[in-house]
Amino acid sequence: MRASLFITCYNDTLFPETGRAVVRLLERLGVEVEFRPGQTCCGQMHANTGFRSEAFSQAKRLVMLYADAEAVVIPSSSCVAMIRDQYPGLLEELGDDALRKEFAALLPRVHELSEFLVDKLGVEDVGAYFPHRVTYHASCHGLRALKLGDRPFRLLRKVRGLDLVPLENLDRCCGFGGTFSVKNAEVSSAMLATKLADVLATGTEFCTALDNSCLMHLGGALHRQNAGMKTIHMAQILASTEEEPAELMG
Amino acid sequence: MSAAAEHEAVAEREVSDRPILDPALAPPFPVAALLVLRNSQLRKNVAHAIDVIQAKRARLVAEKQDWQELRSAAALIRDEALENLSVYLEQFEARCTAAGGTVHWASDAADARRIILELLREEKADEVIKIKTMTSAEIQLNPFLEANGIRTYETDLAEIILQLGEGEPSHIVVPALHVNRSQVREIFARRMGIENLSDEPEALTAAARNYLRQKFLSVPTAISGANFLIAETGSVAVVESEGNGRMCLTLPRTMITLAGIEKVLPRFADLEVMLQLLARSATGERMNPYTSLWTGVTPGDGPQKFHVVLLDNGRSSILARKTERQTLRCIRCAACMNACPVYRQTGGHAYGSVYPGPIGAILTPQLEQMRHAQSLPYASSLCGACFEVCPVKINIPEVLLELRARVTDDERKQVSRFFDPLYLGLRVANVIFSRAWLSHLAQWAGRIVLGLFTRKDGWIHALPGIGAKWTQTRDLRGLPKQAFHDWWADRQRGKK
Repeated sequence: MRASLFITCYNDTLFPETGRAVVRLLERLGVEVEFRPGQTCCGQMHANTGFRSEAFSQAKRLVMLYADAEAVVIPSSSCVAMIRDQYPGLLEELGDDALRKEFAALLPRVHELSEFLVDKLGVEDVGAYFPHRVTYHASCHGLRALKLGDRPFRLLRKVRGLDLVPLENLDRCCGFGGTFSVKNAEVSSAMLATKLADVLATGTEFCTALDNSCLMHLGGALHRQNAGMKTIHMAQILASTEEEPAELMG
Repeated sequence: MSAAAEHEAVAEREVSDRPILDPALAPPFPVAALLVLRNSQLRKNVAHAIDVIQAKRARLVAEKQDWQELRSAAALIRDEALENLSVYLEQFEARCTAAGGTVHWASDAADARRIILELLREEKADEVIKIKTMTSAEIQLNPFLEANGIRTYETDLAEIILQLGEGEPSHIVVPALHVNRSQVREIFARRMGIENLSDEPEALTAAARNYLRQKFLSVPTAISGANFLIAETGSVAVVESEGNGRMCLTLPRTMITLAGIEKVLPRFADLEVMLQLLARSATGERMNPYTSLWTGVTPGDGPQKFHVVLLDNGRSSILARKTERQTLRCIRCAACMNACPVYRQTGGHAYGSVYPGPIGAILTPQLEQMRHAQSLPYASSLCGACFEVCPVKINIPEVLLELRARVTDDERKQVSRFFDPLYLGLRVANVIFSRAWLSHLAQWAGRIVLGLFTRKDGWIHALPGIGAKWTQTRDLRGLPKQAFHDWWADRQRGKK
């Protein structure tokens, strides 16, 4: 199997360690990983802020870039949700039939990382070792748009040494919401404080998720508060082994 | 509004000031929210109340095996009604008239207020009792009637608390959700003149009962809203928990019902679906305690004069839009606000309308010719909890995005928006994302600029301008030296 990694714009810029972990993990599982250097952004930021014509051009770019990919793997639920939930409407409005056909053919080959592991590769035990206490934060897009269900838990439970502590109010948003976090900074911060109380109550060393956007929000506050807890993308936990432990940043 | 102007606007107002729910006068959401966020008692009351309702709802929804099928059926019923609205409204009018009622058509709030005032004048009424109706709050009926010499008496317990306490509703099902019982005790003791009133629920409801009984027996004219209008039979349905609505429907001589035109259901049998969903979604009950249904007038039983005022007030303009039309499916259960993590922090007053929460964020701008569209559709992190719980499957995030697109399409033409940091930033970002090499160049520039703000620990603790909105409560990790695509390129070179 050959998988094309769409790293997403903010992971490329801010969280390259997540991308490196996806490559290590998939190659260890026997997947041939390719990376198309032309990639930039899925257009979510523009679409969610009302900049529809800009979102059109990015959607078009992405569909064309991956038209011949065997599988596209994305370590970000919100970007996958953008493609699945918003592209159909955007492309319909754009009225380009050829592009819609390309997209319809591509869509079944677009996978969020945990979907790709559990559904496509059929693995739960990825041979990872991560001897730490960890809690899992379900991002809203992973939870509600992609309906990832227990996939993340099935993967985490098979990680040797990992002590998984459940998070209260798992379905409650962390308050990030993209530009919401600056447009409504005070409300966003209040939501963050509520979520952080639940996260800290787990008493774990790490909070993990399948979206670095939530983790950037939570991690930024944990660092500000000197809380001693760190955030880590699940790809890094799953890539971690005894011989090659996860790269811990910051 | 600039950050400085925002804070100035808020500094002028006190936490104890009466909130402004008239969309024409209310401040934008982020400004109104600042004020509420300072009120820790109110926030505690709101979070506690909705957590209780949410837990009850979740338990009762879980016991319904066919919940998703019920939601789908309800969405279809509501869509059928909306797609044939004029047919069903005229059918309702004909059946209601045949049963002895009188139907009036009001194109806007002023029209509805005028019709209701004229009807009350015909009755020579100087007092009126009211069943809880958010639609009357939408048209600001009470202050209008009071100004015209007609005293209004709310009979719903929560509405009494607000009326006597000079408060404003913060929720559409539980309007006094933001008030706790010791605050209710204080209001009742002061306004009803009861010394030594305890804050036990039984004592408080007994006080309300004594206050109300006298009104029920002496005021011969009543105003209600409607949960549903039934086209097939010309009936009106009102659901409630306390029975005070039932009293208003039994004792007065004259009943005036104010209903939005979207409240119509095609058939009587449609109630079977709607009532199952409504009670569970609204209050977390299998069935609401009182369901009143009446058709015109019945000699010797209940009000002998019955009027229905059908209110448009912007609704038909929503009907015309493909994506937004689903807004009108709403049956006002408030499940969306109970599930909303934004509402949980701010309560209802921040929304500057009698319709708060996610449904308010999409309904208010549409009812108000896009007034507040610059702030309300953005008052959401798009988490999707509202859509998940909506009993009539309104895809609220989808409508929020549609409204955001309409606002942006309109605003980007304005010269004043040209240098707005968000607009400028998003336009630049689009150019950057159009070519990978531009993206990489921007990353390089970003590393240099953000590097100036990055401390020795590798983190950014303070940023200027719009970035300060982030760093007011969170740090930001400095940009790593090597982007992923550079690492990949190095790795490929190493392989060769």
